[in-house]
Amino acid sequence: MEFDALLLSRLQFVWVVAWHILLPAFTVGLASFIAVLEGLHFFTGKPVYFRLSGFWTKIFAVSFGMGVVSGIVMPFQFGTNWSRFSDATADVLSPLLAYEGLMAFFLESAFLGVLLFGRSLVPRWAHFVAALMVAFGTLFSSFWILATNSWMQTPAGYAIENGRFVPVDWMAIIFNPSFPYRLAHTVTGFYVTTGFVVLSVAAYYLRRGRFVEEARTMFSMTLWLLTVLVPLQILIGDLHGLNTREHQPAKLAAIEARWETASRVPLSLFAIPDQEAETNHFEIEIPLLGSLILTHDPNGTVQGLKDFPKDQRAPVIIPYFAFRIMVGLGLIMLAIVFVSWVLRLRRDLYITEWYLRLCQYAAPIGFVAVIAGWVTTEVGRQPWTVYGLMRTADSVTPSLSGTDVALSLAGYMIVYLIMYPAGGLMMMRLVKRGPADQHDDAVESGRPRGPVDALSHGQSGSEKAS
Amino acid sequence: MIDFVPLWTVILGLGVFLYVMLDGFDLGVGILYGFAPGREARNLVMNSIAPIWDGNETWLVLGIVGLLAAFPLAFAIIIPAVYFPILVMLLALVFRGTAFEFRFRDAEHRTFWDHAFNIGSGVATFAQGIVLGAFIQGFEVEGRHFVGSSFDCFTPFSIFTGIALLFGYGLLGAGWLILKTEGELQAWARRLGFRCFIGVGLAVAVVSVWTPLVDSRIAERWFSWPNIAYLAPVPIVTALLAIWEWRAIRGKAEVAPFAAAICLFAMSYLGVAISLWPMIVPHAFTLWEAASAPSTQAFLAVGTLFLLPVILMYTGWSYWVFRGKVRADIGYH
Repeated sequence: MEFDALLLSRLQFVWVVAWHILLPAFTVGLASFIAVLEGLHFFTGKPVYFRLSGFWTKIFAVSFGMGVVSGIVMPFQFGTNWSRFSDATADVLSPLLAYEGLMAFFLESAFLGVLLFGRSLVPRWAHFVAALMVAFGTLFSSFWILATNSWMQTPAGYAIENGRFVPVDWMAIIFNPSFPYRLAHTVTGFYVTTGFVVLSVAAYYLRRGRFVEEARTMFSMTLWLLTVLVPLQILIGDLHGLNTREHQPAKLAAIEARWETASRVPLSLFAIPDQEAETNHFEIEIPLLGSLILTHDPNGTVQGLKDFPKDQRAPVIIPYFAFRIMVGLGLIMLAIVFVSWVLRLRRDLYITEWYLRLCQYAAPIGFVAVIAGWVTTEVGRQPWTVYGLMRTADSVTPSLSGTDVALSLAGYMIVYLIMYPAGGLMMMRLVKRGPADQHDDAVESGRPRGPVDALSHGQSGSEKAS
Repeated sequence: MIDFVPLWTVILGLGVFLYVMLDGFDLGVGILYGFAPGREARNLVMNSIAPIWDGNETWLVLGIVGLLAAFPLAFAIIIPAVYFPILVMLLALVFRGTAFEFRFRDAEHRTFWDHAFNIGSGVATFAQGIVLGAFIQGFEVEGRHFVGSSFDCFTPFSIFTGIALLFGYGLLGAGWLILKTEGELQAWARRLGFRCFIGVGLAVAVVSVWTPLVDSRIAERWFSWPNIAYLAPVPIVTALLAIWEWRAIRGKAEVAPFAAAICLFAMSYLGVAISLWPMIVPHAFTLWEAASAPSTQAFLAVGTLFLLPVILMYTGWSYWVFRGKVRADIGYH
């Protein structure tokens, strides 16, 4: 059987990024949440914040560890499978990746050790600072990696010499046209994702009447946060869309499955796009709304895919549906937030069973939206790695055979299919045990307490007794 | 325009050495973990590196991204050439990295995670040794691409360097454990460390004879006049360090075994650098030929020269926080 090294390399990249992105989607928000809890505890001295911080730090430890090991895989992918892309773009992109490592990874990893195991060894303010540093680290990381990604979408500040990109203006490279929007949209998306996980855990405890004080604190805090962030995210997303229309019209046309350039276009709610026939089947549309949303003007013109050569179009069906999944989930999030206002006014927030159940089951909503958004933007960029300039087909490592990549992809699949379910299971167990179990087992001793004992307390009690 | 290549050679050289030294000892601890006597000992062994392994592994990211940034052509040739060792290393690191958290939380699969940590550490080390061996031997290059097969990197020499690195990291790991433990566990670390030391000694000797034999350019570098006079201190210092390490492991010293192991690594590292200088892709491209644009190197140098000392400072602080002997807590007997 013949394998195609290009296709398999793309699948491999999808596989390793898609799994990896779930972790920053969670840990970026969680690091900030923990820093806020540590800060609240530091300034108010209320033990509830302390218990919550300890509880979420343990969950953070599991997910962050998985994020680190799946993240180390990423820079190597550029070399192993995309060496021509690396060679061509390194002069422009590599400093951004290097600054990510220098500013973010060291900060996170050095202070994480102190955050996890150092509570009894450092003063309280230093522990709070460690939490802050970890949170800053995750945000710096988002900044640089999204600058890199955005440059691939909307390249700027470069010149081309002998087929390689060379830097001309670093500010233009970093703050390329789509970067501010992508950064705001992604980081807000990460915060919202974490918010819905915290909300879900709180709802789970409230429904069972366990850890009520902690659960109410989390539930209320998170709903206020989401009250601000969910509408804000919809606004940022809209601005991001305008930016895409300006800089990546072919991508926008693919997202909307719009074939003909026209003004006063309808909004497509559902369709089966047909790439070959250049048309849509079973289309359901709302008149005028397309122009209104995409251009903020009912008479606005939206470019169609037929304006672009066939070999410069993305596979329409994927961004079309991924985008609709993302937006649909965003609207569900907005509904959840809206209901919370009503319930708060009626003072029923913590006792409305159906709403608590809804919130509990909403845990994965942010993750799915993040993945859908990522698919929209990355598949929408195809067939390019550097939009309009370098083709994906010209980016792959020349020495690879299809069999090589089939073997490596199989390796990544097996390992991730062991690691991720195991990690997910462990986090669920931590949630089941709840915050009260761990309140001060990392603190009571004055010695450098081993993580073994600190972490296995309560769970492996039967073992200890023997 | 200033030539930034020497600066980047030093930064990258330092970064890779720090990685080898730091992740070297915690991978080594993972290798020795498999021989630890009983669960109590395993807990302590793992605890000794739990707060710092993640920071250590970060130097791998810096090394690889630094190579991409400073010498992108070398990155684009070398990494594809060692496709499978890199793959195996990454997968092994996934297992050993997640094993830290998972082992403590997943009591019914603890044996599985014990093995994941131990075998993962060993396999990652072996794969890095293969990368080293393949790098010393050089790659098949045409134009700006690696044109050999993805299996070229597996040779008797690279497999030998793979095994050699297992002993090397084992020695570093034993040095760390001697520093961090006491009593019986420390005696155990000394016994294993001594075996690793013998392995390292043999491996260094074999590689020192093997490389000049297979590569006349390396022989020329070391044995031609006047190089032989200038370079004679390298083997002499290495031999003296070996004697120091021998006495330190067999004696009572607690810091010296680790310090001597690091020095031995530094000398071996220097030896490889001398053999290959000034090539970054052996036999194909020099450091200058593979360098990125001066403005790229300049832009990154500004931040790096500021950030690297800061990183070393707070990394040093995080080690300081966890100083002293690791021991099971008083609350759990």
